[in-house]
Amino acid sequence: MSVDQATVRRVAHLARIAVTEDEVAHLQGELNAILAFVEQLGEVDTDGVEPMTSVIPMTLPLRADVVSDGFYAERVLANAPASEDGFFAVPKVVE
Amino acid sequence: MSTSSRHELTRLTLTAAHEGLSEGHFTATELTQAYLGAIEAAGDLNAYVLTTPEKALDMAKASDARYAAGTAGPLEGIPLGIKDMFATEGVRTTACSNILKNFVPPYESTVTSRLWKDGAVLLGKLNQDEFAMGSSTESSAFGAAVNPWRRTGSAQPLVPGGSSGGSAAAVAAQICAGAAGTDTGGSIRQPAAFTGTVGIKPTYGRCSRWGVVAYASSLDQAGPIARSVNDAALLLRSMAGHDPKDSTSVDMAVPDYEAAVGASVKGKRIGIPREYRVDGMSPEIAALWDKGAAMLREAGAEIVDISLPHTKYALPAYYIVALAEASSNLARYDGVRYGERVPGRDIVEMYEKTRASGFGDEVRRRVMVGTYVLSAGYYDAYYLKAQKVRTLIKRDFETVFAEGIDAVLAPATPSPAFGIGEKSGADPVEMYLQDVFTVTLNMAGLPGIAVPAGLSSEGLPLGLQLIGRPFGEEGLFSLGQVIEEAAGRFEVTDRWWE
Repeated sequence: MSVDQATVRRVAHLARIAVTEDEVAHLQGELNAILAFVEQLGEVDTDGVEPMTSVIPMTLPLRADVVSDGFYAERVLANAPASEDGFFAVPKVVE
Repeated sequence: MSTSSRHELTRLTLTAAHEGLSEGHFTATELTQAYLGAIEAAGDLNAYVLTTPEKALDMAKASDARYAAGTAGPLEGIPLGIKDMFATEGVRTTACSNILKNFVPPYESTVTSRLWKDGAVLLGKLNQDEFAMGSSTESSAFGAAVNPWRRTGSAQPLVPGGSSGGSAAAVAAQICAGAAGTDTGGSIRQPAAFTGTVGIKPTYGRCSRWGVVAYASSLDQAGPIARSVNDAALLLRSMAGHDPKDSTSVDMAVPDYEAAVGASVKGKRIGIPREYRVDGMSPEIAALWDKGAAMLREAGAEIVDISLPHTKYALPAYYIVALAEASSNLARYDGVRYGERVPGRDIVEMYEKTRASGFGDEVRRRVMVGTYVLSAGYYDAYYLKAQKVRTLIKRDFETVFAEGIDAVLAPATPSPAFGIGEKSGADPVEMYLQDVFTVTLNMAGLPGIAVPAGLSSEGLPLGLQLIGRPFGEEGLFSLGQVIEEAAGRFEVTDRWWE
């Protein structure tokens, strides 16, 4: 499979990365080189093979459902590009 | 302090430095000052992206007090460098990305907090490929790190490998006593091989990933880069251990790895996988591999030819799994909670501009491929297929281990260190091939150690890799020590940067 320029633009939008028109052709070449490389997996017979979900057999641990951490909003917000009244601030999202 | 008296301290292995501190030959403050001086003289290597001299001297002073009080820890007073993937409280942590260039974590990663609890001293943060995506440390937002090794008679700058290239360069240049790195597809072992240092990626789950910048969560592991096998054993013992904050961290006691260094390897069965003899392997690497097998045989191990039939599919499967996980993990860099923000007309444009400006070319490429392989209609063909292939890769190893193989011996890299700019052409796959021998272990969750075993005809270090059973790190330290004793350790003799 290879991607066309429309797909490059669609994927860039899905990934929320702005791309300029000049970059699209370049990215198309790079993406197709990577996709061509992974294409060889098609040779492998994987009928009846379970996909890996955990590389080391382990069960997901559960802990008691109690509050064990938190109560330091100012530390959580310390690196925020914008915050107001103890909240992250973003451009308006609801009209 | 003169360069020569400084070097008397900084050239000591971590093990020897710890002994010197314990016996009172010098203080942690003197040792730390020697390293800080050496770092200042090594700016040309671009190994550090941040140094923390005041914090280092405070920590060293506290170490000296603990030595005086008789409460010294196992790494007391040992100055370390930390890859910029580990969150360090109050100390800028960027993953060498512009999107995190002003990020100061309000918390400490579990692995580094274990090192400080055992008495180690933080010298600073080490250079790497952006978000650990690369094999040369050229994709760092702080510029490329430089290998302290040069080809005989040449001044051409070489890469230290990657992604933990700053860590490996710093250990080889003796501007830290040891370093913490991370390894997703070879990022500890390949740079260790390029710099004549020892690097171990432990079994998945052995070290906590909490507080480590996430690249590909099912593959990422932390581990040390050090000057000797024993140094690596001491560091891993402090770094490893269960952490309730990482649900994939295993609740198993951490063995005394140092006790395994020097243990007999008599009767151990070492597999030589025929599929690793890839087309175009340099005769030098092939000869080194044979030499390594001879060293282990000499020590009483049995060398057995084995087959790991799905080896060639590990790299393409890796580039699907890792990039898919990366596209999901890196979704968090949206200019809202931390990192840089570029304003836009609306929130979507803000996200798109923020990420376009904050991510470098390689990160953008990987996030886009990861997004594509997870997108509607392609998930089964790519991601599900790769996860099935991953099961087969792991099964290959399970089969040979069940047949009595204790460890597998292979080269660490297809070549010695290459020149800066040599592999950054139009085809990204050329760089990806660097990981051909290392990536299989990450896919199978297995531990692997890279140990220097010789020099190339051009005078550059070459490394061998030993691959162990799950949680078989002790065996790897025993076997690695055999190679170190037979091959010797490799120190840079021309300290051209000083």
